[in-house]
Amino acid sequence: MKIHGKAFKYGDHVDTDVIIPARYLNTTNAKDLAQHCMEDIDSEFVNRVKEGDIMVAGINFGCGSSREHAPIAIKASGISCVVAKSFARIFFRNSINTGLAIMECEEAVDGINPGDEVNIDVSSGTITNVTTGKVFNARPFPEFLRKIISAGGLLNTLADK
Amino acid sequence: MGMTMTQKILAKKSNLAKVEAGQFINCKTDMVLGNDVTAPVAIKEMEKMNIQNVFDKKKIALVPDHFTPNKDIKAAENCKCMRQFAVKMGIENYFEVGEMGIEHALLPEKGLVTAGDVVIGADSHTCTYGALGAFSTGVGSTDIAAAMATGYCWFKVPAALRFVLNGKLQPYVSGKDVILHIIGMIGVDGALYKSMEFTGDGIASLSIDDRFTIANMAIEAGAKNGIFPVDDVTLLYIKEHSIKEYEVFEADEDAEYEKTYEIDLSEIPLTVAFPHLPENTRPVSESTGIDIDQVVIGSCTNGRLSDLRIAAEILKDRKVKKGVRTIIFPATQKIYLEAMKLGYFEIFVNAGCVVSTPTCGPCLGGHMGILAEGERAVATTNRNFVGRMGHVKSEVYLAGPAVAAASAILGRIAGPDEL
Repeated sequence: MKIHGKAFKYGDHVDTDVIIPARYLNTTNAKDLAQHCMEDIDSEFVNRVKEGDIMVAGINFGCGSSREHAPIAIKASGISCVVAKSFARIFFRNSINTGLAIMECEEAVDGINPGDEVNIDVSSGTITNVTTGKVFNARPFPEFLRKIISAGGLLNTLADK
Repeated sequence: MGMTMTQKILAKKSNLAKVEAGQFINCKTDMVLGNDVTAPVAIKEMEKMNIQNVFDKKKIALVPDHFTPNKDIKAAENCKCMRQFAVKMGIENYFEVGEMGIEHALLPEKGLVTAGDVVIGADSHTCTYGALGAFSTGVGSTDIAAAMATGYCWFKVPAALRFVLNGKLQPYVSGKDVILHIIGMIGVDGALYKSMEFTGDGIASLSIDDRFTIANMAIEAGAKNGIFPVDDVTLLYIKEHSIKEYEVFEADEDAEYEKTYEIDLSEIPLTVAFPHLPENTRPVSESTGIDIDQVVIGSCTNGRLSDLRIAAEILKDRKVKKGVRTIIFPATQKIYLEAMKLGYFEIFVNAGCVVSTPTCGPCLGGHMGILAEGERAVATTNRNFVGRMGHVKSEVYLAGPAVAAASAILGRIAGPDEL
């Protein structure tokens, strides 16, 4: 999968309460959730994000609650990939399980500014900052996780069995 | 190299002689938990996949505790979705309003989790049951959908940090202060992907409620799980509450820990975590001059009987400061009834507090105690993120029940020694 989009950049410890505040968790509808994505730290995000854009963040992205509504809201907002220095563990498995592309790459996070145009080759892990010309390589996922990702999520792996 | 306590449980339940940190495993689950926020997402995914049966009707627990009693129509629809699923699948452990409690207080109380179990829940505070010597961890809705269908969950075997607890806590200092102190020390990602394994002579003096509170907040340090060894205190609790078979696991002598922390319990002060991360801790003695609008005592972290007892001791024959809304949430119906019989409710009401039915409500800014712009709360809950209890410009200060009760009386953050 190849991705091309503009970068939205956030800091460390972006928690699931700001990705999708609990006051909106009375629905499971992805589009409704997406309307409130990031609103407590970036009220303009939903107005500015375009299909294919990417999100870049520091350490421990997605910490806090287990709500799968967080990766669901990010994906439904149009974001195609989240690149972070590290992910909180439940957000990490939720993204793998639901098919939101994520990548861990410290150098890319430091080397991408808000608004930069970025190309990502998800299968090779190559991240190119088109604006600056710099190229980064994300840590590859182990085989076990690649199988879930390539099946399109955890439940599809059950269907295969 | 030997295995940690967590690794030994995971090896056994994966039918492997040995596992090591970093290894991916498919592991059998003894209990799969969902709530009214997370289970509907799982149920809809299962419906999409046309999954018609669950792996075991006894090994699934569904608890409508977050937005219940139903706070609005959408929440009511989510509860209805879960209720209908429970009926259709014949799930035995569905707890309706009236018998439900906050899930992580309810499951141990009902005897549904025990030592040696592997428990997953689509709620991050599922790590609570580590207090009983179980491996328990929070996962997502898709994970519980897969586990409800198959009985299995995938894990990356965690490395471990060891916390050696020695000595005894000072009066009014509780499990909450211990875990806030530890999170302050290692940070909110200090145990990311890892087990927090508690050990040491000091554990014997910690009540089971203190251990629940400590294990409950392991996730706030980023941990996969927190776990306590099984001792007489654990066994007494298990025998009083559960008829399930249990198994006691112990870490190998030569188990590998990435780091060992020695903690003297007697040196831990009453602790407060300032906005907006649980790692922003200070002793209450250094938390002066902060006026508050609300106090919340309850939640899966601190809504147990011993928490209410501490609050009642402090609030007895006193009044909360005028203007400080003090809301007390017993975590389960059983705790509610016991607190009532012990006369705590009379103390609370006379002091000017309100007592609520069990619900997660205010902890996550759902309902029953939302903060307005600029307001501050002291809460015995577990998170103080931006907007967690309401307005994006409100503030939550985390503390144990003693500090919460004393703060309610004084209208500012304070310890009971100031009364």
